[in-house]
Amino acid sequence: MGEATAKPLDGRGHAEVPEDDLYHATSWWTKYVFSQDAKVIALQYSATALAAGFVALVLSWLMRLQLGFPDSLSIIDQNQYYQVITMHGMIMVVYLLTALLLGGFGNYLIPLMVGARDMAFPYLNMLSYWTYLLAVLVLMSSFFVPGGPTGAGWTLYPPQAILSGTPGRDAGIVLMLVSLIIFIIGFTMGGLNYVVTVLQGRARGMTMMRLPLTVWGIFTASVMALLAFPALFVGAVMLLFDRLLGTSFFMPAIVEMGQPLGYSGGSPILFQHMFWFFGHPEVYIVALPAFGIVSDLISTHARRNIFGYRMMVWAIVIIGFLSFAVWAHHMYVSGMHPYFGFFFATTTLIIAVPTALKVYNWVLTLWRGDIHLTVPMLFALGFIVTFVNGGLTGLFLGNAVLDVPLSDTMFVVAHFHMVMGVAPILVIFGAIYHWYPKATGRMMHEAMGKFHFWVTFIGSYAIFFPLHYLGLMGVPRRYHAMGEMSDIPLSTGELNALVSVAAFIVGFAQLVFVFNLIWSLRHGAAAGGNPWRATTLEWQTPETPPGHGNWGRELPVVYRWAYDYSVPGAMQDFLPQNQPPSAQATRSAAP
Amino acid sequence: MNNDARWMTGIGVALFGLAALFIASRAADATFMWTGLACAFVSVATIFNLIRISFDEAEGKPPPWPGQAVPYALLAIAFCSVLFHVLSPWWWAPIASNWHYIDSAINLTFWITGIVFVAVMIFMAYCLFRFRHREGHRAEYEPESTRLELVLAVATSVGVATMLAPGLMVWNQFITSPSDTVEVEAVGQQWSWNFRLAGQDGRLGTTDIRAVQPVGNPLGISPADRHGQDDIVVEAEDLHLPVGKPVKLLLRSIDVLHSFYVPEFRTKMDLVPGMVTQFWFTPTRTGRFQILCAELCGVGHAIMRGWVVIDDEPAYQAWLGAQRTFASRGSPNIASSESVAAAGHGRTEKGPVHPAH
Repeated sequence: MGEATAKPLDGRGHAEVPEDDLYHATSWWTKYVFSQDAKVIALQYSATALAAGFVALVLSWLMRLQLGFPDSLSIIDQNQYYQVITMHGMIMVVYLLTALLLGGFGNYLIPLMVGARDMAFPYLNMLSYWTYLLAVLVLMSSFFVPGGPTGAGWTLYPPQAILSGTPGRDAGIVLMLVSLIIFIIGFTMGGLNYVVTVLQGRARGMTMMRLPLTVWGIFTASVMALLAFPALFVGAVMLLFDRLLGTSFFMPAIVEMGQPLGYSGGSPILFQHMFWFFGHPEVYIVALPAFGIVSDLISTHARRNIFGYRMMVWAIVIIGFLSFAVWAHHMYVSGMHPYFGFFFATTTLIIAVPTALKVYNWVLTLWRGDIHLTVPMLFALGFIVTFVNGGLTGLFLGNAVLDVPLSDTMFVVAHFHMVMGVAPILVIFGAIYHWYPKATGRMMHEAMGKFHFWVTFIGSYAIFFPLHYLGLMGVPRRYHAMGEMSDIPLSTGELNALVSVAAFIVGFAQLVFVFNLIWSLRHGAAAGGNPWRATTLEWQTPETPPGHGNWGRELPVVYRWAYDYSVPGAMQDFLPQNQPPSAQATRSAAP
Repeated sequence: MNNDARWMTGIGVALFGLAALFIASRAADATFMWTGLACAFVSVATIFNLIRISFDEAEGKPPPWPGQAVPYALLAIAFCSVLFHVLSPWWWAPIASNWHYIDSAINLTFWITGIVFVAVMIFMAYCLFRFRHREGHRAEYEPESTRLELVLAVATSVGVATMLAPGLMVWNQFITSPSDTVEVEAVGQQWSWNFRLAGQDGRLGTTDIRAVQPVGNPLGISPADRHGQDDIVVEAEDLHLPVGKPVKLLLRSIDVLHSFYVPEFRTKMDLVPGMVTQFWFTPTRTGRFQILCAELCGVGHAIMRGWVVIDDEPAYQAWLGAQRTFASRGSPNIASSESVAAAGHGRTEKGPVHPAH
């Protein structure tokens, strides 16, 4: 890995398009709006996703006001409550996390980290963003149509999702499904780009086993998304047909409010299989890029090679494969054949092993490191805490019979928020603090960053840790008010109130983050090209922020893996990937 | 800690204190009010300390925590999590069914995962204490250790298997109902619960979604099936079951997905329109237990409640004797003159007999 095996320099590889041959934007519009530069597209994706995320954050406040203070401060009724939770969930999972991690970080980092000038298909890449924006606009438009957005829950389970007992039945559900369909079309264009660029666009010497783990995470997640999203696409199209054309893919013969409906012969459980065939890989589509990014953050800021790189790569790949064989653990009490429980409980608990190995390797990277507690490092540490916590509660829910009392309670809400809400969001924040200097040339303000970290980290833990215990008591999720419940003490209301207060504090801390993002653009300290003294290629660009084409006239040549930190005998405590070996600079200790 | 960080922390803590005061002022009971006041006090004390540290720094005294807040915070999180788990009053309701195996499996999993969580936190905290950046210090270069990774993989696999094996065994029990169960049907609709017990013939009659009538036949019992005529229908009232007798609940829905969940029974199963789902349990103590709908079923989801009353045998027989059969409820569908006659008498005189177990 660390060994220098530069290939002979004759013959031009696919990636080595001379800079002059590249498409160059000529006008302001093609440079900043309809740009084909992956870096601009990345920033467009990120800005749009963060804006959508803020809408979802405000929705979560409405939800927490209702749950925390059902008698005094509730400003939404039960219809709006269901609309709020549905939009909050769908926006956060698909339109924020997926779009930001793949569309945002994928676009920015893949070409730079693999040493390419741009994505393999820049025009398609641009189309991907504008299609995504259209999907967001269609989704947001449902706030303004008669009846409002759908209140079907983010899982959109039929028959309830398309019947009149659910708010947003007229236009909301249609817009939701159409928006998802558009999103998937847009994502497919982007995802193909990420995969092809990683496979075909790597600089000379950049073997797959020299890729930074960030690229491995985003690459594997993109492959998974290309395989998983079609299931949701088909499900959404069929559900749309059931709603608009009266087909019966998911609709059995039913009687609604005393009136028989014209449906017959469909299967509601089929939709659940299709949804979760997408939905579970989706968890890892969000998690794997976060795994990759956090590995690089920890390694860089602990000044130590990531421990067990090969194991980390294989763990990512194995998790990617296994995640297609665990989806029905969301359905233990759905009424599917009970024998499925044996299979899916086993596969689900097996996936805990490679995941645990990743955690061990992160903390073992800290061991004998030279730990700099920078803001990105703080967020990376926060990720480990919340991810370990959320991952361990997954062992309850994945183990079929333990899921029976816990399924569909607040325990589930607590678990998935900890593991795929808070944990990846902490990584996203850490990554923004880490790569902001590369994208803008300026550092983000450190004190504001630390404040943002502490409030977000401690606050999120205070929100979601107690919720597990509401679930253990049997408080179901998706109740806008608990009402009178036997055997559930009234003090749960107070617990809910405390959780809500924590949620508001965390929410407001995000305003500090947004302020910091904007403030630092003008007032941040000048960063230089490589402020963190990192090894990976994106820090070695001739310009910061990198210009169009990334590398000037010469593409980088890679001589070593991405983790040559604190190599014994080297002058500096890091050796950039494109630094040629010399007798004095390295005494490679790689296996 | 520089001045900016202190300002930011101070403002954050002040906001927290104000929020706590606000909560305390609106608190419904004393413990809650005192918690709010305590939080407000802590924030005032923190701000006071921040100011004190600034003065100390101006006088050249060393800061109280030399940049070691992170490992302390990690240890505090681990400690508070365990403390919350042990001391908090929020815990599951006393069990009322045979599924204490599930409670044991959950407790076992709490032990294993809790130990792992605390161990990881302590390890991280130690690393942050010990390997925090010092001038002139360099990290150790060690790409991998196959032996260590192998040991960790094996240890993790053993831990996972320790949780999985009992889980699968209990799952096997959960999905395998004993032969002597009594079948009872629960039917969900937006947003209420109805129930059906077999009549004298010991069999539940067949059903047909097309036979559903909101008044008269809410369960869609097939009028043509004679086994259905003597079925006992409990419409929007409490379901009674005898204590100590295993019950197999057959679950149907006539409209959307619902889920039958009684926290004290530790069981749950979705109701799916177009099919019959089931689970079994044995009630182990008498009492009145609430049924919660646990699958989003539209806007009335949170108010879709019902009750299961677990009776001792005499009380159960008394309740059963007072129930009416499908035929006697005077469904307009019923052609049989016998049933119409029975319906005319109101409650049946004979009193339906519960099927032999």
